[in-house]
Amino acid sequence: MKTFNIYMTGVGGQGIGLLSQTLLRAIDYAGVKAIAVDTHGLAQRGGVVVSRIRCGEAVHSPLMMKKSADLVLGMEIHEAMRGLVTAGKEGGTLVFLDVSWQPLPVRLGQNEEITFEDILDACQTTGVIPIKVDIGHLKDSRMQNMALLGAIAGRKLIPYTEPHHFFNALDDLLAGRVLEENKRLFKEYMSR
Amino acid sequence: MGNEPFEEILMGNEAIVRAMVETGTKVVTSYPGSPTPEIAAAINSIPEEKRPFYFEFSVNEKVASEVAFGAAVNGNLSCVFFKSVGLNVALDTVVQFSLMNIIGGLVIVVGDDPGANSSQNEQDNRNVYHMARLTVFEPASPKEAYIYYKHAAELAKKEQTAAVLRLTTHVCHAREKIGFDKFNPPPLFRNDFNRDNGPYIPLTSTALEMKGKAIRKLKQAQRFARTKQLNTILFSDTNQGLGIITSGLTYLSVLDVLETTQTRPDILKLGMINPLDEQILIDFLSSHKQVLILEELDNILELQIKALAFDNGINTSIIGKVDDDDFIGEYTPDKTLKKLGTVWPELVLDPIYEDAEVFDVPARPAQMCPGCGHRSAFFAIKKALSASDITVADIGCHTLGFMPPYNIGEILMCMGASTGVASGLSLENSKRVVAFLGDSTFFHAGLPGIINAVFNRHDVTLIVMENGTTAMTGHQDHAGKSISIEALLNGLGIEQVLSCDTYNQERLTDLVRQSMAHKGLSVVIARHPCMLKLTRAQRKKPGYVQKHISIDQAACTRTHDCVGQFGCPTFIRNKDGRIDINLDLCIGDGSCRPSCPEQAVGFDKEEK
Repeated sequence: MKTFNIYMTGVGGQGIGLLSQTLLRAIDYAGVKAIAVDTHGLAQRGGVVVSRIRCGEAVHSPLMMKKSADLVLGMEIHEAMRGLVTAGKEGGTLVFLDVSWQPLPVRLGQNEEITFEDILDACQTTGVIPIKVDIGHLKDSRMQNMALLGAIAGRKLIPYTEPHHFFNALDDLLAGRVLEENKRLFKEYMSR
Repeated sequence: MGNEPFEEILMGNEAIVRAMVETGTKVVTSYPGSPTPEIAAAINSIPEEKRPFYFEFSVNEKVASEVAFGAAVNGNLSCVFFKSVGLNVALDTVVQFSLMNIIGGLVIVVGDDPGANSSQNEQDNRNVYHMARLTVFEPASPKEAYIYYKHAAELAKKEQTAAVLRLTTHVCHAREKIGFDKFNPPPLFRNDFNRDNGPYIPLTSTALEMKGKAIRKLKQAQRFARTKQLNTILFSDTNQGLGIITSGLTYLSVLDVLETTQTRPDILKLGMINPLDEQILIDFLSSHKQVLILEELDNILELQIKALAFDNGINTSIIGKVDDDDFIGEYTPDKTLKKLGTVWPELVLDPIYEDAEVFDVPARPAQMCPGCGHRSAFFAIKKALSASDITVADIGCHTLGFMPPYNIGEILMCMGASTGVASGLSLENSKRVVAFLGDSTFFHAGLPGIINAVFNRHDVTLIVMENGTTAMTGHQDHAGKSISIEALLNGLGIEQVLSCDTYNQERLTDLVRQSMAHKGLSVVIARHPCMLKLTRAQRKKPGYVQKHISIDQAACTRTHDCVGQFGCPTFIRNKDGRIDINLDLCIGDGSCRPSCPEQAVGFDKEEK
């Protein structure tokens, strides 16, 4: 298949690791060759986490070129903007959660918070299609990743990867009550 | 962890653990450090009773190397792993390895960090292996990391030596599907140490004889590389006389870039980067009119290959590093594209994007977590400091104190250096000097500096930031589990050793004032358990109720001490100046409450 690049970004603690691992496994279940890599430096301390998945036969490095992501996933609005600007390819899609974890300069009053309108503007300039996922009522922030995953699966944004591949992947990675709760949320957001 | 062949998607760090099992590695040691801690996490995911080898976190990389070496000269295949700068700590021991007959074999796994993703520099440890006369294998992917570990173990056993598996950050952390082999039942522990296997005492003339043996072993390694075909050429029909020599992850960057070009140079990929296989290099150079050497960080390959070409009278044009920038950062596909485009402009058709960003996105530096005891400590300590005091940082989560709003920690060297640096700064200085040190680092390399300060009567205040774990790298245990830092410091005869919990902010401010008034070395232990670790453990308990902080908006006068001075990431600053709480982040610890002069920050009433 033609190369398909996914660029994921968020803040340490948001569960981007599980998101990335689930996607990679789902893509593998779909029979597509894929490699992934996370960059998380000091992410456990509230820094930026980036994960990339690259699919296809002509893929070698897990790192991708700038502005080459067919799909950008933003777990947080500032990071969605950063991901879009860094990796978003013209004609690609940005799926992001309506979540803001203010970075330090915003909290110190030195910078303005990024808004939904800023994202729309940037998407227009870069030629990327924006999809906002509203997580309004979700109490446990550690399950926001399932909202994003559901939105991707429901819209079939990854070639060849069907909903049952995502379920297979979740079965591999989680167990017990946590698995059931995550699957329930995933299903809910898939059908939205 | 079955013993039949199987396929699994794994990270490079995890794949290595499977290789340890398959090769019959019996002893594994480490000191935690990124990019390698997931090796330990994978080891710890095997229950101890099922683990076919002994594993320990040693107190630092030097001791870890010594423990692995001791087990290996006793006949057991052993492995030590650590991060890039860990090699600096281990080096006094590691440089001796090549002199020794390590009868069980020893594999050293070092995770270099091009791009300094999580290190204080991006040192290229390839510089060291030439001096240490160590064989070095460099994989490009998780799959190769698994295979090359097995090669390194085989060579180490066969030549009774130590061999290095050189990883880089994005090889450690890449994930792909890997086919694993079966493994035989693990070998039994050996007790074969015998001085006749040596010599093991490198003194006077023996040291020189031993060096001769080390040189001969490296020649064997070259043969091994040929037998195993570790250095391979990828031929192209459209090479136009051009060739590229590369290794590791850069090789994959090159392949990515060449997917978009019409002309593809031949590629010599080196899997063993020390010693170099001279014959394959001579053949490759001789059969191309121009060769580009693409290597991340320093020009180690380039200098050796140019010397080899000179000695052999080869006139091929050899291009290596040109600009200062060529020595800096990872050779990502973007950087590799740019370099190829500079050297061979006609080759590259794709656009090259510069770093310029059209949209301004606020930076997101790493932060201390919500509830972190270090935040309370810095907030309290700042009240005891005057503008002229000098603050010396050390490695750990508390390094983040250098950032606003605390701005504590004006100079940072490496693990455990703070007390020594502070001692030097304090000489003939009217300014007061305060050093910071984490608890894992205290044991790792902090103690000599403290003992020196006692011995030489330096006038320094040392604040030990004790959170009970090696937090920055993912909560590994350290010696503080068995040894009390306070008792140890008292045992050293330090006159003033004070301590309190950092949530007790008034007391901490007072203790730091007392300590700074003291002439000579005085220590304050600022103690609070790592809240990330604690909260994670609490969340797993049944009946756990998440508490939160709330702002009494009627009482709030918008002094913004909570968000601007205390600085917990939980506080949200709205455009109109109103402060709210991010419920995703708040853990309800309440350490922020003393920061509000109006007492408007309190526990959420419903969940009190």
